[in-house]
Amino acid sequence: MDEITKEFLVESYENLDRLDQDLVALEKDPASRETLSSIFRTIHTLKGTSGFLGFGKLEAVSHVGENLLSKLRDGVLFVSPEITSALLATVDAVRYMLGRIEATGQPGDRDFSNLIALLSRLNDGEAPAPEAPAGTAPAAAPETPVGVAPVPAVAAVAPAAPAAAAPAPAPVDATLPAPAEPTEGRQPAVSDSTIRVDVGLLDRLMTLVGELVLARNQMLQFTAQRTDSAFLATSQRLNLITTELQGSVMKTRMQPIGNVWNKLPRVVRDLATLCGKQVRIELEGQETELDKTIIEAIKDPLTHIVRNSVDHGIESPETRTARGKPAEGCLKMRAYHEGGQVNIEIIDDGGGINAERVLQKALQRGLITGEQAARMSEHEITQLIFLPGFSTAEKVTNVSGRGVGMDVVKTNIEKIGGTVDLQSAPGAGTTLKIRIPLTLAIIPALIVTSGGDRFAIPQVSLLELVRLEGEQARREIESIHGAPVYRLRGQLLPLVYLDRELRLAPAAPLAPEAAAVNIVVLHTDGHAFGLVVDAINDTEEIVVKPLGKQLKGVTQFAGATIMGDGRVALILDVPGFAQGSGVLAETRSRALREGGGPVRKTVDSRQTLLLFEAGQGSRMAMPLALVARLEEIPRQAVEFSGVQEVVRYRGQILPLIRVAKHLPAVGETRLEGDPLQVVVYSENGRSVGLVVGRISDIVKVPITAKRHAPGNGIFGSVTIQDRVVDLLDVPSLIRAADPTFFGAATPAAA
Amino acid sequence: MSETTQYATFYLDGLFLGVEVQQVQEVIRFQPMTPVPLAPAIVQGLINLRGQIVTAIDLRRRLSLPPRTGERRPMNVVVRSEDGAVSLLVDEIGDVVEVHEEDCERPPETLPPSARELITGVCKLRDRLLLILDTERAVNLPAAVVPATGTGF
Repeated sequence: MDEITKEFLVESYENLDRLDQDLVALEKDPASRETLSSIFRTIHTLKGTSGFLGFGKLEAVSHVGENLLSKLRDGVLFVSPEITSALLATVDAVRYMLGRIEATGQPGDRDFSNLIALLSRLNDGEAPAPEAPAGTAPAAAPETPVGVAPVPAVAAVAPAAPAAAAPAPAPVDATLPAPAEPTEGRQPAVSDSTIRVDVGLLDRLMTLVGELVLARNQMLQFTAQRTDSAFLATSQRLNLITTELQGSVMKTRMQPIGNVWNKLPRVVRDLATLCGKQVRIELEGQETELDKTIIEAIKDPLTHIVRNSVDHGIESPETRTARGKPAEGCLKMRAYHEGGQVNIEIIDDGGGINAERVLQKALQRGLITGEQAARMSEHEITQLIFLPGFSTAEKVTNVSGRGVGMDVVKTNIEKIGGTVDLQSAPGAGTTLKIRIPLTLAIIPALIVTSGGDRFAIPQVSLLELVRLEGEQARREIESIHGAPVYRLRGQLLPLVYLDRELRLAPAAPLAPEAAAVNIVVLHTDGHAFGLVVDAINDTEEIVVKPLGKQLKGVTQFAGATIMGDGRVALILDVPGFAQGSGVLAETRSRALREGGGPVRKTVDSRQTLLLFEAGQGSRMAMPLALVARLEEIPRQAVEFSGVQEVVRYRGQILPLIRVAKHLPAVGETRLEGDPLQVVVYSENGRSVGLVVGRISDIVKVPITAKRHAPGNGIFGSVTIQDRVVDLLDVPSLIRAADPTFFGAATPAAA
Repeated sequence: MSETTQYATFYLDGLFLGVEVQQVQEVIRFQPMTPVPLAPAIVQGLINLRGQIVTAIDLRRRLSLPPRTGERRPMNVVVRSEDGAVSLLVDEIGDVVEVHEEDCERPPETLPPSARELITGVCKLRDRLLLILDTERAVNLPAAVVPATGTGF
């Protein structure tokens, strides 16, 4: 049975139950227009839907019923016992047919022509026919012809209404057609299997389960200290039941994402027509379920993204044809579960994001500075569209282009603990990937201690845990100039100390050298950073509770939860925390702070720089953001491909560029020892190794005192630690060494 | 007889304050509290009130009174606000008093501005003055935002 029929059955059974009550109520109070209207509406709906679904017989019965009702409603006829009986018989007939439809898909072969005839006669203001026992239908038909109130007289509300109209004699046998042999005396299964529940009740249930989970956690802490095996077994069972209950209750709040999506085809169609485009929408994974609160939270962002894709992404049919693509654009939405999260992808096969135009626009709007622009990777550039006040639409249409778009989308999705990522291939389309948690109410979290207090870190942000023992910690955490970093498998991981960031009670003065250092590696917004905490306790399912309005300004926390011992612990808001401690990319945080206002010329751009020496005495620097990895490569590993020096590196061939060779200023005063110090730079999946003399330092400095020495692979100079340091222009250096590096990369990515 | 109102009273640095009884959810003794780093100074911490997380406001700081000294632990007057329950930390709990409306006046203009914002009336009881506190305002952050400082206690 298809979904529509099922829904029709559920709805109709519900309506029938009400109809029974209404009809009885009507008999008691025949003048109630309200009851009459309600009955009329119900039958009317039934008629309409059954006609639509092709149940002609059902439609026919309800049609005559409706006619009769409309007369009653309009006051042409008045309710009499026989009319009520006839209507009840109609209800029974309908119920019988619904039962058959549910069982066989067809309204059954019972003949209802008698009932129809009876209803029609009543409708015409006549008495029911004497008898029509033929057929199987009405078990007990009326035995006596019944005089119906002289209609016209009563209808004309004349004061001299003939009294004769009063009591209709000898009511028709109440069981006109026998109560349509109630299908084995039970309600059909479809209506039994679902009930409507107030959402408020579900919310309350969820809260209660949350409390139960807390109590369970609390109890498990007690049981850890007990040895009574019976008690342990009981608590174990309670534990299991709680977990199951939590899952089931959570399910009650789950809704398929299709509930939000089903509005999108219309949105796309309207918008496409408006823009003169042809767009087909494909939905995949509509049955993917999400918590109701999350469904609501993503409704607007999704609509916005879809509008954006149609308006900006997909090109006009002419452009598409010219580019060799089908005239009709395709917008594909996919949803699927993955690792306790839901992924939603919005894929269009449009023009992609024009990085050049995005960059121009961002510069024009003053969202970024020229130097920043020069240093940005293509991926970073596409992310610029998430900045507040950004819009590339040439003209503001009523669809989009007001610049209040993607940043709101991003913030809204981040608010519910989700992430947005954007991949774009010029000419081939854009893929927007949203990852959101299944539910917000109960989440797994890592509990850590810092400065004597416990904090919960949502597991979604967690990458890994690193523990460095005493000596190792001192050696491997390179804390220079107040910006500590740790080399995590060669990747530089900026470190943030939780107690310092939160200004907790002064952590044990000058952390004892012997103590171990616990690093919680977190990621947010595509950036990883290490959070140093005093201790890592455990992972736990926590119930997220919102913070009061007094604490809304504290962006470092997402909420609070109650721990097993009854104490309150704060939940760290990883994006907010990263933002607050400045470990996120500078461009984004600054743009947010300045609200997209015009950039002042003397912008205080604090940058983390990698300091190195290219040749003898030449101090140089490059932004740490451009460094993919630092490697030491033994000289004998260097091979030649033609004249190009290469090394085999992670299953690829990594071309090496000797920085000193391309910098005339440095000349031949080589400083390259063995092993070679290589800075790996990656772009579009291609990597190149920059061979430098020596890596000296990593510093975070405000870039001041700039002098331009354009060209020659040098960007300009900065003063660092009272010495002049040249800023390496990495892209131009690479271009000089390998002109194909950037050029070849672009088509490869398309 | 004129209208009377019942006030739950408490003491704060020698002041005798009251809030309307209907706004008080409950009064509880000192609870273990979780400080909120980086929070506004008036937020003393979070307490667990039977599974509900309640923000505790340091009412002394809110009224710009000197900080609490000595060993005595504050009491929680849990009031209902638009935003759910909020706890006001006070020195000591007093009785519930019934006050006639005609005994109340507007607070004198000489009250320091920090207090005038929160005190909606002064009631002349037989032996002392009762200051009526506007709870809805008291649980809000002061107009001039207190710079975020570590709280700790």
